[in-house]
Amino acid sequence: MSNLLTTSIGRKLLMSVSGLFLILFLFVHLFLNSFLLLDGVFGFERGQMFNAGVHFMGTNPLIKIIEPVLAIGFIVHIIYSLILTVQNMKARGPQAYASGKKTTGIEFASQNMLVLGIVIASFLAVHIINFYMKMKGFIAWEAGEVEFPFLGNMAKGEDAYSLVNATFKVLPIVILYVVGSVALAFHLSHGFWSGFQTIGWNNKTWMPRLKCIGNIVAILIGGGFAVIAIAQYLFF
Amino acid sequence: MEKTINLTLKVWRQNGPREKGRFETYKVSNISIDSSFLEMMDILNEQLISENKEPVAFDHDCREGICGMCSLYINGRPHGPDDDVTTCQLHMRKFQDGQTVTIEPWRSAAFPVIKDLIVNRSAFDQIIAAGGYVSVSTGGVPDANAIPIPKVDADESMDAASCIGCGACVAACKNGSAMLFVSAKVSHLALLPQGRVEGARRAKAMVAKMDELGFGNCTNTGACEVECPKNISLSNIARLNREFLSAKLKD
Repeated sequence: MSNLLTTSIGRKLLMSVSGLFLILFLFVHLFLNSFLLLDGVFGFERGQMFNAGVHFMGTNPLIKIIEPVLAIGFIVHIIYSLILTVQNMKARGPQAYASGKKTTGIEFASQNMLVLGIVIASFLAVHIINFYMKMKGFIAWEAGEVEFPFLGNMAKGEDAYSLVNATFKVLPIVILYVVGSVALAFHLSHGFWSGFQTIGWNNKTWMPRLKCIGNIVAILIGGGFAVIAIAQYLFF
Repeated sequence: MEKTINLTLKVWRQNGPREKGRFETYKVSNISIDSSFLEMMDILNEQLISENKEPVAFDHDCREGICGMCSLYINGRPHGPDDDVTTCQLHMRKFQDGQTVTIEPWRSAAFPVIKDLIVNRSAFDQIIAAGGYVSVSTGGVPDANAIPIPKVDADESMDAASCIGCGACVAACKNGSAMLFVSAKVSHLALLPQGRVEGARRAKAMVAKMDELGFGNCTNTGACEVECPKNISLSNIARLNREFLSAKLKD
């Protein structure tokens, strides 16, 4: 047990567990983002649901605990991806095949996980500056105060909805978010089942199932984020 | 009348492990499409010898696809353009008249070139020596029906055991990983009661040796499974992960 992280499978276990944990986070994130579009459905005024959601995420003690864990998840996933990639490049050797690689039937995503990861990480940097830094008060912004229904009462808080709405009125930003979402979808289409494969939860029966679930997860998350950004640009 | 083809061959030549290699171009003509790829290589070598040149060194032994000795990375694929065959089983009818065929050795840091197209695959032997066997003293041969084994397990074990250790998985892998090979060797024993006894120790020892020898980390890309001449399944890698992690957890 002690030297698990010095072994190849141990390091991959870290990639797998951190990756699957980050997928859980993405689902929570997507759930709250869906509030951006759902005010009309539940009969709230525009932005009330999302502002209540942001207020909940900003004040709930459980979220405060899970936030650093989430940050560690990202850091572990990124650092170990770099360590493993460097090792793999070394194991592969300097000599490339002159006749190239003509192996057919391999997923595009599985061969480009690092590139997709770099695209997602670059997007993430912009995304954090756009929203997280402002909502957490690291970057000053003109926050209007709004009222919204919260746990049966009317609560007051920052108008995060206006920030999101204004950000998604800029076309280049929407395009960037769609690109980030698509990269994320491809990353997940391989990452999901690969994560389960690494922890050993796979066999001939489960391989097609996990790949299918992975594709659904990828489309839900990647498509979800992209659709929300586009809908905000077009209809709100 | 039998059909013949003419080919241009781009062959990797390297005098020794520390020498710099280069491609040399040769022409072979009147190759029967019914001959195997290695027979074509033999014809090339006869030709080179008659010209007083050094023949191309390449690995081969049984020439019927069961020994795992032949290798060769042909036109972008280990064991050439056909599926589920080794190079010795590859027919020349898979090539067109006038085609240029590029022939390279396996490329992987753990498989250094010895000469021309021959690479040193003793790393695989070392991994097997680390634990790919059953060491329990079983005494006399027990009655075949004394230990019932589910047919499904027996089949899966036999499928894994069909790995001939040719190294095509490592050659095809963008990470130079030997996980498909190691997983096949761990699986065919782990699925049967005789091999099960040492399962934990075996998984740990073989993975440790694999890491030590400088093979890469698996990213489940699956190129190995596609190029494996024996169709070893990627699900074996999940079993190896399972065996290894549960063995580690028990420590």
